[in-house]
Amino acid sequence: MDYETLRIFADSWGLVYLTVVFVAVVLWAFRPGGKKHYEDAANIPFKED
Amino acid sequence: MGLIPIYALGLLAALLAAAKAQDDLFAAHAWVFAIACTIAIISTAKRVNFAVEHDTSEETYLDSVVRAGVIATVFWGIAGFLVGVIIAAQLAYPALNFDWPFTNFGRLRPLHTSAVIFAFGGNALICTSFYIIQRTCRARLALGNTAWFVFWGYQLFIVLAATGYLMGVTQSKEYAEPEWYVDIWLTIVWVAYLAVFMGTLFKRKEPHIYVANWFYLSFIVTVAMLHLVNNMAVPVSFLGSKSYPVFAGVQDALTQWWYGHNAVGFFLTAGFLGMMYYLMPKQAERPVYSYRLSIVHFWSLIFLYIWAGPHHLHYTALPDWAQTLGMVFSVMLWMPSWGGMINGLMTLSGAWDKLRTDPILRMMVVSIAFYGMSTFEGPMMSIKSVNSLSHYTDWTIGHVHSGALGWNGMISFAAVYFLVPRLWDRAALYSPRMVNWHLWLGTLGIVLYAASMWVSGITQGLMWREYDDQGFLVNSFVESVSVLHPFYVIRMLGGVLFLAGAFLMVWNVFMTIKGHTRDEAPMGSTVATATA
Repeated sequence: MDYETLRIFADSWGLVYLTVVFVAVVLWAFRPGGKKHYEDAANIPFKED
Repeated sequence: MGLIPIYALGLLAALLAAAKAQDDLFAAHAWVFAIACTIAIISTAKRVNFAVEHDTSEETYLDSVVRAGVIATVFWGIAGFLVGVIIAAQLAYPALNFDWPFTNFGRLRPLHTSAVIFAFGGNALICTSFYIIQRTCRARLALGNTAWFVFWGYQLFIVLAATGYLMGVTQSKEYAEPEWYVDIWLTIVWVAYLAVFMGTLFKRKEPHIYVANWFYLSFIVTVAMLHLVNNMAVPVSFLGSKSYPVFAGVQDALTQWWYGHNAVGFFLTAGFLGMMYYLMPKQAERPVYSYRLSIVHFWSLIFLYIWAGPHHLHYTALPDWAQTLGMVFSVMLWMPSWGGMINGLMTLSGAWDKLRTDPILRMMVVSIAFYGMSTFEGPMMSIKSVNSLSHYTDWTIGHVHSGALGWNGMISFAAVYFLVPRLWDRAALYSPRMVNWHLWLGTLGIVLYAASMWVSGITQGLMWREYDDQGFLVNSFVESVSVLHPFYVIRMLGGVLFLAGAFLMVWNVFMTIKGHTRDEAPMGSTVATATA
């Protein structure tokens, strides 16, 4: 596998893969069902001192 | 007590190394190690207790090591800032080098950078991480007193590195100057640090791992990886101080700046963001603006930062595509950096009035503002056409200091002021007004520093690229040096102001620990009501 092959793979399928992963992570983080979970997590510093 | 044989073996090994050393520098460092082992044996022996005690320690947090870390942070901060002022004075007045190798700028400069980044910043990171992980996991630090080994082992690393620079031991890699044997020692300490941190995460009583711990963990893991790869070297002799890196040429340069920029990204950014995500909500007494944003912030920041290093090697032998890659990733870093800045600042939304009365919160806001400014400036400077003007000039130095003094310095000072009353069980700080003075002395110092370096950097860049109509350079190098004198004096004054603020912190921390409170009008009250 030479440099050209790697580069063509990286800026086509590699790019698509990483973009999909990024969009999926953002969608997952902002999913409506997670509201309660994230509110609880954000309050962890106030649970105990 | 069980550790005494291990210390004794260390002492024996150090004495043998000192006796058989190939050069005086290695022998000197072997003696430093031998002294450290001796101190460890004596202090352990003095604490031997034969009485049977019921161990209740698991019910409380291990905070003594955090207290030691806070004091070490303040101590190394003063040392690092002081050396910074000295070398700033040397640049303005070269006679201050004194023609003596131990006071030469070339040796003092790494002493300054390592003292502020690794000694001051490193101690601040280690002690805040130990404090925060215990509170957010509701668990005592794992592995007994290993945290104390991390603390003292790290101080020994600092002493070995610092004395090495002064004696002339260096592998000449920026921010990775210590030689192979000091690198091995730091690896041992760092693995112990990772073990304590991971162990505490494993035994946490809180199901969710709070975002601050994610940032701290990425800092610890990535620094381990960077340290190991960039310091791969072959010692010339088994008991000698000199080694040669396994990489050469442009490969070595790329490895070095992959390391160097991620020291910025993971040591000075990810770790300190961990601090921010705990301290800012605590001090503002409200949860972080968006926990969801903090998750996107974390993953995008760590994914992008690791690729940004090649922007340190624009217009060098590094292949063009690698330079462009480094530039593109640096520019993309704008997004997560500003996402994090907005998340920190907006935590105050609905509570901005607290800024009138709380100087620690002010310090955090100023720190996050400097984070935003330097993470705007950095990507801009990584653009090749801007870099062709800014590279190798004082602009870079100014950029680094607005980040290091503004972001890392201010958030660390805020952490010290936050922690001291809690750790020593005091109702309040000795003097909140002194915190305010510290804040403004520091901020004014940074403004003088950054502004003078912008002017001198752009002056340098323009003078170096000025050609006449025959195609000859107009300025000799020394002309571009002599014209900078006034800016170097202004920079030195900025450093003096920053150092003066830090001295106020020393007094404030000392008096708080002693249990005093200063008789002063509370913050936010006007002078008229204060005197009435």
